[in-house]
Amino acid sequence: MNAAALDTVLNHPAIWRGSALAPVPRGLATGFPEIDAVLPGEGWPVGALTEIYAERKGIGELQLAMPAAARLTQAGRWLTFVAAPHVPYAPALAERCLDLARVLMVNTTVLEERLWAAEQALRATCCGAVLMWLDHAHERALRRLQLAAEEGGSSLLLFRSARVAPATTAALRLHVSRSDNRTVIRVLKRRGGGLPAPVALDLHPWIRFSARAAGLCAADATPRIPGVVC
Amino acid sequence: MLWLALRLPSLPLDIFRRAAQSDEAFAISSGEGNRASIIACNNRARGKGVQAGMPVVAAMALDAQLHVVAREADAEQAALEHIAAWALQFTPVVSIALPDTVLLEIEGSLHLFGGLNGLRRQVANGMSALGYQAVIAIAPTPLAAQWFCSANVPVRIRHADALHVSLAQLPASVLDLTPDAARLLEDLGIATIADCLALPRSGLARRIGPRAFDLLDRAAGRLPDPRPRYAPPTVYSASQPLPAPAQEAEMLLFAARQLLAELCGYLSATAQGVQRLQLVLSHHGREPTQLTLSLVAASRDAEHLLSVLRECLNATQLPSPAIAIALRSELLLPVAARSASLLPDAARQAEAATQLVERLRARLGEEGVVGLRTMDDYRPERGWHACEPGTPSSAATATDSRPLWLLTAPRPLDENNAAPCYEGRLSLLAGPERIETGWWDDALVERDYFVAANPGQALLWIYRERHAGGKWYLHGFFAALSLCIAGYSLLIAAVH
Repeated sequence: MNAAALDTVLNHPAIWRGSALAPVPRGLATGFPEIDAVLPGEGWPVGALTEIYAERKGIGELQLAMPAAARLTQAGRWLTFVAAPHVPYAPALAERCLDLARVLMVNTTVLEERLWAAEQALRATCCGAVLMWLDHAHERALRRLQLAAEEGGSSLLLFRSARVAPATTAALRLHVSRSDNRTVIRVLKRRGGGLPAPVALDLHPWIRFSARAAGLCAADATPRIPGVVC
Repeated sequence: MLWLALRLPSLPLDIFRRAAQSDEAFAISSGEGNRASIIACNNRARGKGVQAGMPVVAAMALDAQLHVVAREADAEQAALEHIAAWALQFTPVVSIALPDTVLLEIEGSLHLFGGLNGLRRQVANGMSALGYQAVIAIAPTPLAAQWFCSANVPVRIRHADALHVSLAQLPASVLDLTPDAARLLEDLGIATIADCLALPRSGLARRIGPRAFDLLDRAAGRLPDPRPRYAPPTVYSASQPLPAPAQEAEMLLFAARQLLAELCGYLSATAQGVQRLQLVLSHHGREPTQLTLSLVAASRDAEHLLSVLRECLNATQLPSPAIAIALRSELLLPVAARSASLLPDAARQAEAATQLVERLRARLGEEGVVGLRTMDDYRPERGWHACEPGTPSSAATATDSRPLWLLTAPRPLDENNAAPCYEGRLSLLAGPERIETGWWDDALVERDYFVAANPGQALLWIYRERHAGGKWYLHGFFAALSLCIAGYSLLIAAVH
């Protein structure tokens, strides 16, 4: 069979190939072309719940959300942080082109209030994305948030610790870990089916750069910095 | 001129019952002691045989469960004034005709509100939202509109010819005659206005008095009929007795909804928005509970005010059930009217944002919902500040890359052989960046900052005090920590 005949067969509407994704509405570009390539809507799902599991603390989960968040706020949509574990450092956000006048911080220790606040923000037409930190929540609560996101047409990024991993209603589940000084993102679940190979990213290229400039390397166990006794 | 008359036939009853959700037998009485008689009752009471004009004792004999309340003429007049203020959103010319009618001059408003039928429908829907039963009639003269209302004929007449025909069919009783004159007309077999007009005018005027023909000329538009214009008060203040003592937020909200609808009508009539609103809940034998709603921006959106009030009431524990609810506007500000537009515009988006902030704050408090801004200071802990959401920041000072998370209080690091440790020995990736400033105030900072990685490859922002024997501190993370209780308390401390 020649290639042209094969193409006509493969392009037939009744033929579905395992590697092809079901059509998904266009998402919010993450700003990392490598990640966009493996996400069904070529970006963060809009009007849906995304769960991001971080393997360990401090390995760059928030960094992943920054380019998309910056673009949202520049477009006049609001970005809501619900129960952030620390203060998002305003100069660092501004440096990543976030419009701080479009940032809303919600701080409460009560779980119900956090879920309620996230739901209100998702339903509001002004809010483009909600970033929320949550460890333990009932499946029902997440389903509610998913519905609110669908209704408001906004994105919810839920940051969770790696220990909790039961199946959830999230449209997209990512696992973030670090190896070889690079951040590795694995897709645990995506709409449309199929699981792509993990993507490795360098989220802090400037650190490598300045480390090299200082004559240092991340792998170097004995940094030679003046005044540091090792 | 075109007048819309709004008559409230059961006003004495409605001022007590409009906040009621249950349907218990209820009647209004007037008069003292044994001579007290029923003047109005609801359908439930009517079903038991209670009628207007019946002595109270007789009504009680028919239904022992009947709830009888004395008439409150002052409250009725206040209610009429609130309706008049609310009606100002439809036209600038509103007049009150005691005891139970409000008149609106609507000729100039027809186009804006979608024609005669559209306007009439909006007024009717508005009245049922306020909880009043109303009869609406439209006629070219105010008196004719009033007469059609009191004869319970909901007409829509625009032209004088049609008016004369319809007026002629009204009963003669609308002429407001003395009892003697009324009896005379009855004896003469005169039942309608048409019968009056068929008789010689001078002769009949001598017998029943010239006033009746005066009124007829006014109703027909042959004599001028000036009406006093109603001027709205500068402050909205209304109270509403509750049909039954209530403690649950939802029951209170039901009554508050009607007051808010009135308030919003008044606000759009006066082109204002309310920024601070006071809600007073009265109790039996206790000090009233006062709640103050402060909004970020002045608003006259009833649904929004209601949602803020709902959160406020849910967060408040009432000492005992409330028996009356009162609403008072504390701070009114001019608000531009919103033009109808097909596409969502920036103004509406900004409004949605302030509404979101207000809703969140009503439940979580002022300090629970904040914005962020940068400050012009090299000291990292002073480089940011919590602020009112939406405050524009000063232009970002160009600095080297900073971590996304900052600890409000630097955390001392363990040291192993003078090398900093955080879940393992730290390796320094970049630095030092020296920050030495603040000698002019009490917070002198002399630090060398480094980017460090621990064996788990988490990236940290750490510093060492510059003075001799300086200790190592952790000041930030380049990415989020997973949840830890200490983190929350830090964040909350920062916000306070």
